[in-house]
Amino acid sequence: MGNRLLRGTSLLAMFLAVAAVAMTLLVNTTSLGEHPWLRVFFSVSALNFTLRASVPLILGALCGILCERTGIVNIGIEGMMLAGAFAAFVAKTSTNDWPLLASLLFGVGVSLAVGGAMGLLHALFSIRYRMDQIISGTVLIVLAAGISAYLFDRDAVAEGKFGAIALPGLSQIPVFGEVFFSNPPLTYLALLLVIVVHVALFSSRWGVRTRACGEHPRAADTVGIDVNRFRYVNTMLGGMLAGLAGGFLVLEAVGQFQEGMTAGRGFISLAAMIFGNWMPFGAMAAALLFGYTQALQNELLLAGITTVPRQFVSMIPYVVTIVAVSGFVGRVRPPAAEGKVYETESGSE
Amino acid sequence: MSHPAVPALEARSITKIFPGVVANQEVSLQVHAGEILALLGENGAGKSTLMNVLFGLYHPTQGEIWVDGRPVTLKTPRDAIALGIGMVHQHFQLVPVMTVIDNIMLGDEPIRYGLLDRRHAEERIRALSHQYGLAVDPHSVIEDLPVGIRQRVEILKALYRNAKILILDEPTAVLTPQEIEGLFAVMETLKRQGKAMIFITHKLKEVLRIADRILVLRGGRVVGAADPQTATQSQLAALMVGREVILTVEKGAARPGAAVLEVTDLQAKNDLGEPALRGVSLQVRAGEIVGVAGVQGNGQTELVEVITGLRRASGGQVRIGGVDRTHASPGQITHAGHCSHVPEDRHAYGMVDSYTVADNLILNQYAQPPFARAATIQQAAIAEHAEKLVKKFDVRTPSIETPGGSLSGGNQQKMVVAREFSRPIQLLIAAQPTRGIDVGSIEFIHQQIVAKRDEGVAVLLVSAELDEILALSDRIAVIYQGRILDVVDRAAATREGLGLLMAGVKAEPT
Repeated sequence: MGNRLLRGTSLLAMFLAVAAVAMTLLVNTTSLGEHPWLRVFFSVSALNFTLRASVPLILGALCGILCERTGIVNIGIEGMMLAGAFAAFVAKTSTNDWPLLASLLFGVGVSLAVGGAMGLLHALFSIRYRMDQIISGTVLIVLAAGISAYLFDRDAVAEGKFGAIALPGLSQIPVFGEVFFSNPPLTYLALLLVIVVHVALFSSRWGVRTRACGEHPRAADTVGIDVNRFRYVNTMLGGMLAGLAGGFLVLEAVGQFQEGMTAGRGFISLAAMIFGNWMPFGAMAAALLFGYTQALQNELLLAGITTVPRQFVSMIPYVVTIVAVSGFVGRVRPPAAEGKVYETESGSE
Repeated sequence: MSHPAVPALEARSITKIFPGVVANQEVSLQVHAGEILALLGENGAGKSTLMNVLFGLYHPTQGEIWVDGRPVTLKTPRDAIALGIGMVHQHFQLVPVMTVIDNIMLGDEPIRYGLLDRRHAEERIRALSHQYGLAVDPHSVIEDLPVGIRQRVEILKALYRNAKILILDEPTAVLTPQEIEGLFAVMETLKRQGKAMIFITHKLKEVLRIADRILVLRGGRVVGAADPQTATQSQLAALMVGREVILTVEKGAARPGAAVLEVTDLQAKNDLGEPALRGVSLQVRAGEIVGVAGVQGNGQTELVEVITGLRRASGGQVRIGGVDRTHASPGQITHAGHCSHVPEDRHAYGMVDSYTVADNLILNQYAQPPFARAATIQQAAIAEHAEKLVKKFDVRTPSIETPGGSLSGGNQQKMVVAREFSRPIQLLIAAQPTRGIDVGSIEFIHQQIVAKRDEGVAVLLVSAELDEILALSDRIAVIYQGRILDVVDRAAATREGLGLLMAGVKAEPT
């Protein structure tokens, strides 16, 4: 019964995907492209914007997946992301006189480290100090917002950001080469990480143990798996990905830091994770959907279409997020043990 | 029976002290290869603590563990596994959403080119299934499997780790009689192949059936050993409880009167929204006990909840004392319907753990005189009532002001029974009335239920223990997948016949 529903859904999704690909090709290569509405929906710039808007969501959702699959609820992705963004900015501005690439890579490294440290903090709060994980996540958000605003030097300027790298050959493919294969490095990295996390989660020793810790920690413990060690490590790895998302915002998307620049992306990541049923590819699809709604908003404003009031246009990403998540909450299934502290006498906590 | 000189596993005067409680005191045991040692004891006797010590989940306060003639230290289950100790847990330690392969190999996964080698694991699992007669499809997902098969997976999990010593913690608690026979056959095979087994249970019949030696635990100590060839059930029960216990319930013939509870074509959904009751019809007359037998999860819980007003019926009718109470509230059913309910989960529905014994004893009548007058609670009346019930129902509590949650399981249950039985009623719904309590309390509660019947109360008894159903019921209804498969008179009921019905097999009339 459920399977048939699922098959129906994926058939529909496949049909929509094929239709979208066809429309994209037509709009960008034929005279169909002169139609303003079709340009809004299918132009290369809309698709590029979608990908750009999706990268931090993808990374944030991967962070959520790593944490929650191992049993730690992480609503602090927003804070981890913001901390990573601020750290990347500080690293970049203090190394402006280095060669650009070295300075940027240093920024990436620092955003990873700070994100990982935020992850460690969350793990310490949640595991060692048995703090409610929702509270701990909220603490991270407030902490990151407060510290970054306090320490932010408004006169500092980061010079330069990652530029697009056209992959030889692939970028020559009409339309799609432009969308997928002429991107800056962190975008490629994010897409690559989706594959890596998926394979690791379902086909590696680490993955099967991680999922066991998130579903039934005692079962993992009784076969000799150190549940809390897995939770520490994965929460830190997740933090690094969220930090990288922040690094992306500063070092690749915007080039500068602004107070509160993550602007709810951490929460939308969380929604993408849920919508994607805690699966890397599902989360990526959800992130692309949410990113696409942001692109629509942008394209509608750019195209000067005024038949739809601006306020409604601005609502699109949030409305889609709410509808998507609320419609799916009953059908997706979170890891059974998430949010529960695991205690055992023999645990090496 | 001849044994190699060195025991496979030996515990030497193990003492385990939790803050304030001595769970095990100077417990010693030995088990040899090719032998089944039964560890018999009531809940709270310290069996599980001892097993957790032997599996490295708890650390002994004092004492030594020897494996193959050498002293060992078990810091974690990993150490125990490495020494060939495997545990089949009472609550299966299986991840419901994962496949059999993933569950069995978890923690000991074969790796090829850096990734999981599921094919290799599958081959090993198939070989083990074949060797020990444990048929299971390696690709099924645990949550789709029936309990008996899950247990096989749990055993395979231990064998996959080359366990030489198997600890089986209450393995029969969740099985149908037929599944128990299947388990025993597997245990015999394992024994022939030289595994040492420790079989933990509180069921006397099973111990006599399968064990080579019996050790009885009470209050954390070994209080005796017995030879299953010569021991009797009543001897073992006396050892377990520390006094003579009457195992059979003494009761006269029922004198049933008019129907009190009439359930007609009742339908209801479970918490997941799936149909749990698919048209249950059942009658309970005044002065009889109708037992509902069935494997857990076949709709018993939902049936009780619908009758007592805790769950909405999606179809059908419930009449109590001739009045339609299908959609009545629990309060209406309790008071206007003169119905008492001993719930299956006493912590969720039967009592408030943090309330005193006295307050717990008036939970169903706190708003009525003499316990309440105008808007105030009458403490004196409540205390008097409590003192009376505590005495009459032998609730062992330091005082009536003690929080209910700090009593032992058996005494909590007696407290719930005391409250529910001390009101004039026409219908009694008793769901798992003796689950998880000691033999002494079981005996007492059984007597009280029979006494209610003899007063002319209609009793609906739901129990997962077939022995309890057989001991108390005048008629037995077998529930299977939300339907009553058959209702048989106690005199005509046999354990085997009920077992088949519980497994969904309805005998063709011959």
